[in-house]
Amino acid sequence: MNTGTAIGNVISQTRMSQMKTSARFLQMRLLQLPVLLAGVSLCAWASPSLAEPVQAAGDPATSLSFVRLTPEQYRRSIEDVFGSNIRVKENKVSPGFRDEGLLALGTRKLTIGSAEMEQYEELAQDIATQVVDPNRRAMLVGCKPKSEQEADNACAGAFLKKVGLYLFRRPVADDELQLYVATQNDAAQKLHSFNAGMIAALSQMLVAPEFLFRVEYSEPVPGHPDEQRLDAYSRASRLSFFLWDSAPDGELLAAAQSGKLLTQEGLNQQVQRMLLSPRTERGLRAFFTDMLGFDGFATLTVDSTLYPKFTKNVLEDADEQTLRTIVDQLLVKNKSYGELFVTRETFLTPSLAALYGVPLPRSQELGGAVPWVAYKFPDNDPRIGILSQVSFLSLNSHPGTSSPTLRGKALREKLLCQKVPPPPGNVDFSLVQDVNNPKFKTARQRLTAHASEAMCAGCHKITDPMGFALENFDTSGAFRTAEHGEPIDASGSLNGKAFNGMQELAQVVKDAPGTTACLINRAYSYGTQRKPTKDERTWLTSLQTELGNDGVKWRELMRRITLNADFYTVPTAPPLTARAEQ
Amino acid sequence: MSAHEKLSRRQVLRGVLGGAAVSVALPMLECFLDPNGTAYAATGASLPPIFGTWFWGLGLIPDHWEPKTTGDKYELPEHIAVLAPIKAKLNLYSGMQVFLDGKVNQNHFSGAQCQMTGMVSRTGSEYTTSLDSILGNHIGKRTRFRSIEVSCDGDRKSTWSARGANGMNPSEVSPLALYARLFGADFKDPNSADFTPDPAIMVRRSVLTGVAEQRKALMMKVSATDRTRLDEYFSSVRDLEQQLSVELERPSPVPSCSVPPKIESEDIGTLVDQTRNTHRQFAQLIAHALACGQTQVFNMAMGSSFSPLRKPGEATAYHQLTHEERIDPQLGYQPKCRWLAEQQMAFFLEMVQTLDSIREGDATLLDRSVVFAYTDHGEARLHSMKRYPVFTAGSGGGRMKTGFHLAAEGDAATRVGLTIQQALGISTGSWGTETNRATKPFSELLV
Repeated sequence: MNTGTAIGNVISQTRMSQMKTSARFLQMRLLQLPVLLAGVSLCAWASPSLAEPVQAAGDPATSLSFVRLTPEQYRRSIEDVFGSNIRVKENKVSPGFRDEGLLALGTRKLTIGSAEMEQYEELAQDIATQVVDPNRRAMLVGCKPKSEQEADNACAGAFLKKVGLYLFRRPVADDELQLYVATQNDAAQKLHSFNAGMIAALSQMLVAPEFLFRVEYSEPVPGHPDEQRLDAYSRASRLSFFLWDSAPDGELLAAAQSGKLLTQEGLNQQVQRMLLSPRTERGLRAFFTDMLGFDGFATLTVDSTLYPKFTKNVLEDADEQTLRTIVDQLLVKNKSYGELFVTRETFLTPSLAALYGVPLPRSQELGGAVPWVAYKFPDNDPRIGILSQVSFLSLNSHPGTSSPTLRGKALREKLLCQKVPPPPGNVDFSLVQDVNNPKFKTARQRLTAHASEAMCAGCHKITDPMGFALENFDTSGAFRTAEHGEPIDASGSLNGKAFNGMQELAQVVKDAPGTTACLINRAYSYGTQRKPTKDERTWLTSLQTELGNDGVKWRELMRRITLNADFYTVPTAPPLTARAEQ
Repeated sequence: MSAHEKLSRRQVLRGVLGGAAVSVALPMLECFLDPNGTAYAATGASLPPIFGTWFWGLGLIPDHWEPKTTGDKYELPEHIAVLAPIKAKLNLYSGMQVFLDGKVNQNHFSGAQCQMTGMVSRTGSEYTTSLDSILGNHIGKRTRFRSIEVSCDGDRKSTWSARGANGMNPSEVSPLALYARLFGADFKDPNSADFTPDPAIMVRRSVLTGVAEQRKALMMKVSATDRTRLDEYFSSVRDLEQQLSVELERPSPVPSCSVPPKIESEDIGTLVDQTRNTHRQFAQLIAHALACGQTQVFNMAMGSSFSPLRKPGEATAYHQLTHEERIDPQLGYQPKCRWLAEQQMAFFLEMVQTLDSIREGDATLLDRSVVFAYTDHGEARLHSMKRYPVFTAGSGGGRMKTGFHLAAEGDAATRVGLTIQQALGISTGSWGTETNRATKPFSELLV
């Protein structure tokens, strides 16, 4: 999506079109911190200004911790600062690993390897070159050099100070700024080009640890010198990456700079403002992409010779369908989380409609201008809620066969936050090795035979009964009533509650207390990118009790979490994390 | 090269080690090269050794791949008969195992982890410096790329290479992208008559030097838990500085270096034909990069250890097949699994032959390489940690004898990693932790 040079772009095209995406808008955003634009001379950097941090970075009392930006956060940070016309090439850094069910927690343990550094440097060069492109420089850099062939420290200094604030999510200290200006100066002299100097300095910022990682500074909690909390700028970043999946905007940085963000009233104001921003959609999407394991689509294989309707388009649309459904239910319609499991409302493309076997308006089938259209499944349709969507069904199957075990495991682990033990070694699969055995035509028959083995029974009792209810959907997510000619029995149970088929399973999942508890816990862990402490777990339990009566609504959940002071504390001894899931 | 020089290295390794790590630095490049083919005829400069890893998932069919005899007169069993053309340059190791020492078997993880790092961790989130990094630090410091990692199944997470404790090196999955990285605009042909250091690259290097200079200030403030990660970040910055420094130096002419034909298309996927094609493209690119001195270390993975490899039209992928396919009572094995395992052995043959096809004087690129081929389970069907099939190909420039089958019943599989380290000049007497600590290399292979 390239709609101009707006800083504050949002995800959906419809919302995007409503925003001011002009160059003027970008300039207005930068003007939100007027002092930064005032400093056009080197002298300005040395004088005290509003942009000085509340607690100076580098104070001996502070300590640092690092969280690597995700590829998506990197891309958005660049687009937010320089506009969406700046093209960010595909970022191939390691996706990391899951910890406590979330990539967000694993990310806290990541560093940057050699091959990844090579990519970041290439990206930095490419982005910086685009920023000083003759078509953009006047608008993005904001000052004209004295000569195209020479360094211009004043112009460069003003620009680097301005963008440094957004890139590092804190003001750039004077001594730091001098280094970047010196880089510009040296490079411009060596290459006889002002632009080359600017590319060097900007790319240096873009490969600096302060940009590639979210650097968290901590400070003692007032009145409790033994306890640590995030400083104001780090608090702004935590809020912003949690709610928006991107770097703080000017207003949030200004609240950090003034110290208001450290007050309950100032925090409240910012949280209210942020939750009304269209950028909330980004945060919601990023969270559910992580929680539902949609990174798995990068390597998902479904055999298209066996499932010809599972086309490349279906693969590309699958997670987007679920994310659109979630955005519509939780943000647009402000419904509670449980509704995701029982809603009939969704969005379809022609490819998905073909797989689901439902008609779309003719204009869509012929290729409408917008491929997505709202669709509501009839009340008696087996499709209900996000569990019946192709994203969940295909992601948790084998390439050529459905799997009640994988689907049940995903339900337990992703949506109920439970742990299913790995299969033991030395498993004897001889009873069910032949999928064409006339005695075991359906997955239920094969697994029932398999689970009669004592060593296997324990885990399969946990996973399979939930997964059986989804057996009316094959690997590709298409509906079926029989497997190998044998009618499918879609009965199952969860926590002693029996059900039959998708509709009843959906209701049971919606009503299970563990469903909302899981969301609340995951959201909190996702925001702090660590496991909750004992005190935090107690608070989360009480929050669930409190919110549970009316159902958990997204904005309210975000508000409660971000207004809780513990959300910004820094545990002195980080809790140990459990094993990462493979 | 004098006899004295040759002997001194072996004497050092045999006489000084005594089972403990020693810190005797052994010169690599001048003293131990085979006079037949590991030096340039034109300049007399030595060709450095190469280390590569080649991972395939789900092992081989037990009882069907182990030769009946050991030594250099063994016969290749039918299951791996495809390797016959490279038998003379191959070593085959049987009978070894990975010890769990009471830890949970992280299926499809612990076995490969141990062979690459020497340890088995308690959880799947712990990993540490891998064999390729250890060797890369020793033999590959002056190349443009520290190492090259690729995976042939489209999954970047398919890698067993890591430096430090915080993150594995992701694999490149696109041959098109690898071509651009290796032979794109920044490639300097070592045989080109023209060479002028590019001032733009000098500037890029200065940019990184400026970043690296922040290290001290940041390291003073960082919390203890994050210090290692930050240090690894700065190591990566230094690696890139080094890479750019190499690009600023006039490269030595390399007669065997040629730029491979440009890759026009790719078809990344998990069907056997797709994986074969991707592997073939990667093999060509890596071989040319090695021949042109762009790197001395590579890591190839056929794909995830939960192998998604699949025969066209077959509903079930390889990993699932290992657990669900019936053992044919007449044949005594899982026929589809065997077929897929043999396909992978054919891929291995192709990789080794690709290296062997590039001539360097009287020898070949393979001759100065050691390629370590390993897998995740001795018997994938049962997640067995015993009887691992392991191969090495190439003599590392005459440092390892080849053509042998070595049976090491019940020994730690880390013996192979230790042997390679010693062969390539790392003066360590042991490698690995707990029961997986190997102190006994395959000394019969060491020259």
